[in-house]
Amino acid sequence: MTVAINSATKGVGPSMTALDGHQRSMRAPWIIGAPAAAWMGAALLTVLWPDHGGTDWDYTGSLAAAFAALGAVLACAVLVDHWFACLPRLHQVAPWMLALALLLGGWEAITAKLGLLPLPFFPPPQALLEVVIDDRTRLVEGVLASLRLLAAGYCLGAALGFAVGVAMGWSRAVGYWIQPILRLVGPLPATAWLPLAFFMFPSSYSASTFLIALATGFPVTVLTWSGVASVSKAYYDIARTLGGTQRFLILKVTLPAAMPHVFVGLFMGLGNSFAVLVVAEMLGVKSGLGWYLQWAQGWAAYANMYAALLIMALIFSGLITLLFRVRDRLLAWQKGLVRW
Amino acid sequence: MVARTALSETALRAENPSARGAALSISDVSHCFDLEGRSLPVLERIRLHLAAGEFVAILGPSGCGKSTLLRLVAGLDPPAIGRLAMNGQAIEGPDASRIIVFQDPTLYPWRTVWSNVALGLEARGLLRSHRERVDDALRLVGLDGFATAYPRQLSGGMSQRAALARALVNDPKLLILDEPLGQLDSLTRIAMQQELVSLWQRAGFTALLVTHDVEEAVYLASRVIVLSQRPARIIAEVANVRPYPRHRGDPHLVELRREIMGHLGLAEAW
Repeated sequence: MTVAINSATKGVGPSMTALDGHQRSMRAPWIIGAPAAAWMGAALLTVLWPDHGGTDWDYTGSLAAAFAALGAVLACAVLVDHWFACLPRLHQVAPWMLALALLLGGWEAITAKLGLLPLPFFPPPQALLEVVIDDRTRLVEGVLASLRLLAAGYCLGAALGFAVGVAMGWSRAVGYWIQPILRLVGPLPATAWLPLAFFMFPSSYSASTFLIALATGFPVTVLTWSGVASVSKAYYDIARTLGGTQRFLILKVTLPAAMPHVFVGLFMGLGNSFAVLVVAEMLGVKSGLGWYLQWAQGWAAYANMYAALLIMALIFSGLITLLFRVRDRLLAWQKGLVRW
Repeated sequence: MVARTALSETALRAENPSARGAALSISDVSHCFDLEGRSLPVLERIRLHLAAGEFVAILGPSGCGKSTLLRLVAGLDPPAIGRLAMNGQAIEGPDASRIIVFQDPTLYPWRTVWSNVALGLEARGLLRSHRERVDDALRLVGLDGFATAYPRQLSGGMSQRAALARALVNDPKLLILDEPLGQLDSLTRIAMQQELVSLWQRAGFTALLVTHDVEEAVYLASRVIVLSQRPARIIAEVANVRPYPRHRGDPHLVELRREIMGHLGLAEAW
């Protein structure tokens, strides 16, 4: 018994990777050294090789400085790692650091230096840097506007979907009336409501909130409902014999038991909400990153579009990671699931 | 395990020191299931009385309706015909004074062992004032080192102990055991049978055990009820007056076992 619990609680995973990282760092300083050198190389390439055809990019020097700074940090990390041997995480991301340096160096070479790709469709990295720095006010405003709209719509949709899902699973009457509606309306993409919603709601902001809530709410409702419906009857028997009231059954049995399903719905809803957010901002709302993309296209400002896309990708990916963190914390009892 | 539980036993019963087991009467209870519109009788005129503090085992062929009878006693389902009463009061729904332990431990996987055991107290709003009873119950079943473990980390025997602790923490007057040891390996099973007897002797609850293991019934119970094939009727009642602690090799118990096998129609298999 004791043996079983030990191996289960302590686990072998974390200690093994720590050991691995330690051993590797003792053997090969080049694991971090190579990316450090690559970033330095990219910096030198950027600053020493003159730009193609007399085009003069404003931020070439800054880009080179940024590359060099990253290279310097990595070089320091090599020393720290060598003397103190304590950076296993860095070892894990080192190959990606190297690949990124090569990718950005290559991009710099074929755009700014060799001019192999037509402008303005394929701007060099310093052009993106220029956008991020010079147009930062508009970008920050866009990010904040997008996040505000997304948060409002997503939270509303998730809360309503959760409540309706629980009600459907718990009450046969609610299930009877809601299920056909859900079956008919659910498969409609929320964006199909867009023309109607902009017409019916007082503002494009409220219309977009509604659409995002709709896109989020459908999967959350369906999965919460199926989660509640699939709770084992034996769990209820136990709680009932122990003197649990209806309220206790819902709060302490149904909800925790249905949580894994609910989270699947929340993930699907989050993906849907991104799509609707961007479309709504492009077509109606006059703010946010989606609107910024549209606006940049009007000016043929391709560097701005790439920058906005990159920021969007980082934010959306960050939000999904955040949701995974919340799930891992709440469902710590459930191990060995999909990792992000 | 026996030695260190002397203290916790008093703590478990501190709420009401005079509370011993409850008497249970099952009067002419019949029950049936609805299977696609057809009514399938499972229990036929079961009449059984348990005195306070008695340990009664029910034996019967599998699928005969034993578990159904226990669900009725627990108050999880109402009987089609007849009346069940505990201490003279009709059983109309589940109550924390009658706790059922199922064959499957059915611990909540999202709760730690401690929180699982605390479930009954929490449900009745007693947890805040009686936290130490959870620790006592865990100690009683020898799981005090595993309070923070999750059910998926426990072995089968440990899970069943936790389920037993979850029942005992409520200080039940009637403990209903639905083949609680059925899924355990034979060594764990023998150890748990001994523990069950000593728990029952110390806590003084009335115990109603369903099993399909004749040896288990004879070893544990002071009376063995034998049921027929579905619909279940009582076909024999065997008193077992041997004092506790009992020994499995006791010739008297072996003789009883042979007699019960005969009632089950398995005399030639013995």
